Amino acid sequence: MRHSIFNLVRQAFAGNQGWPRQWRSPAPKRAYDMIVVGAGGHGLATAYYLAAEHGLRNIAVLEKGWLGGGNTGRNTTIIRSNYLWEESQKLYEHAVQLWEDLSQTLNYNVMYSPRGVMMLAHTQHDVQSFQRHIHANRLGGIDNEWLTAEQAQAFCPILNIDPSLRYPVIGAALQRRGGTARHDAVAWGYARAADALGVDIIENCTVTGIDRDASGAVSGVQTSRGAIRAARVGVVAAGHSSVLMGMAGVRMPLESYPLQALVSEPVKPVMPCVVMSNTVHAYMSQSDKGELVIGAGTDAYTSYSQTGGLHIAMHTLDAICELFPVVRRMRMLRNWGGIVDVTPDRSPIIGKTPVPGLFVNCGWGTGGFKATPGSGHVFAHTLATGEPHPINAPFSLDRFRTGRLIDEAAAAAVAH
Amino acid sequence: MLLIPCPYCGPRPELEFRHAGEAHIARPANPDATAAGAWSEYLYVRSNPKGRHIERWRHASGCNRFFNCVRDTVTDVIEATYPAGEARR
Repeated sequence: MRHSIFNLVRQAFAGNQGWPRQWRSPAPKRAYDMIVVGAGGHGLATAYYLAAEHGLRNIAVLEKGWLGGGNTGRNTTIIRSNYLWEESQKLYEHAVQLWEDLSQTLNYNVMYSPRGVMMLAHTQHDVQSFQRHIHANRLGGIDNEWLTAEQAQAFCPILNIDPSLRYPVIGAALQRRGGTARHDAVAWGYARAADALGVDIIENCTVTGIDRDASGAVSGVQTSRGAIRAARVGVVAAGHSSVLMGMAGVRMPLESYPLQALVSEPVKPVMPCVVMSNTVHAYMSQSDKGELVIGAGTDAYTSYSQTGGLHIAMHTLDAICELFPVVRRMRMLRNWGGIVDVTPDRSPIIGKTPVPGLFVNCGWGTGGFKATPGSGHVFAHTLATGEPHPINAPFSLDRFRTGRLIDEAAAAAVAH
Repeated sequence: MLLIPCPYCGPRPELEFRHAGEAHIARPANPDATAAGAWSEYLYVRSNPKGRHIERWRHASGCNRFFNCVRDTVTDVIEATYPAGEARR
């Protein structure tokens, strides 16, 4: 059933009992044309674009837990495209352009809100780095502008710009088209749209092995619900990418770290934008429910535990209390960790692998949510045609052999 | 926060330490004869296991020495620590 004002009114009068399930819960078939491993935002977006743009209907998305239950449901939902390098700008800007009409495309309200993302500069080095980014972005046709501390405070009135702070705010870079979206709705919207096109989304189905034929090419996967044949497999497994690729004998340039976030009790609107600070390791926005959504830096060590040290969250809250003294007495409701797969150059890996028929989309590290539509779109092209889209061609696994790294350490969200 | 048993100073809180990546990764012995793939393996590729992991830590706010640590990456429980240079455990 389409989401429309007509159906909304009709269902309201019928007590909202007539809404169908948003996606089926099919048993896995014995074989598919293609399998996507991982039903997070990126995996579901990949499946949706495979079906919608490449006409592939006999595909499955396998998920070991529940849909959108990994990093898609754990991130702080920030969207922006003001990256330094041309390759990254094209990738993230591709995503932002898809975000802009994603709700209409999917017929599902993903609550994309371009409320502006402001990155604070606290040191002379920050000022120079951000201004370099602003110039690079202008050349790339991406909006990003410099604000003085006073202009930053005018944009976000609760920001403290007192010069006596340990790390005073001396300016900011603002991308007005940046913002947030509702992370769960992104997974649900892609799942619903993909399912409507015939994609099988199979939850509680852990991939335990990747099968290869005599020539070494992929022939299918072993799962907790039996063997499934497919000539092409796309791994979109975030923190577990090393584990899955290891099943095919491919060692990856990845390390998995916990990344923590927390939310406060809900309050009336106080925060009109997203504020990020790389230098003091904190970022904050306010959800439409009213909770302040706060993100920390990664923990120091690799882990799959989906939890991290309390001192990391404390460090972030120290910074939040300095930058936003008005929130000092608020209570935090929940904190949690996700496992992020970090590459040496802080850019993702999207493309082919040494194993024929096996493709990978991983390494999004601390900043994958913003790229969800663009990532799925170019990875679907890669899976369908067997060759990378021009946008993801530079993000090959091979770049760690050739040395053509895309070093986004300065631009990534935090803790790099 | 981890409680890390430094082999020289005894158990200390994680805040005193710096994580220094996977242990037992040797630089290619003969750089001139090393192919790009082997350099890639040395520089970038990591085992990143889900389970038993051997990593280096440096006791930055203590003895300032590197040592190796065996830790489970699912439970974060530390099995053992031992001085750098000893055989892999």
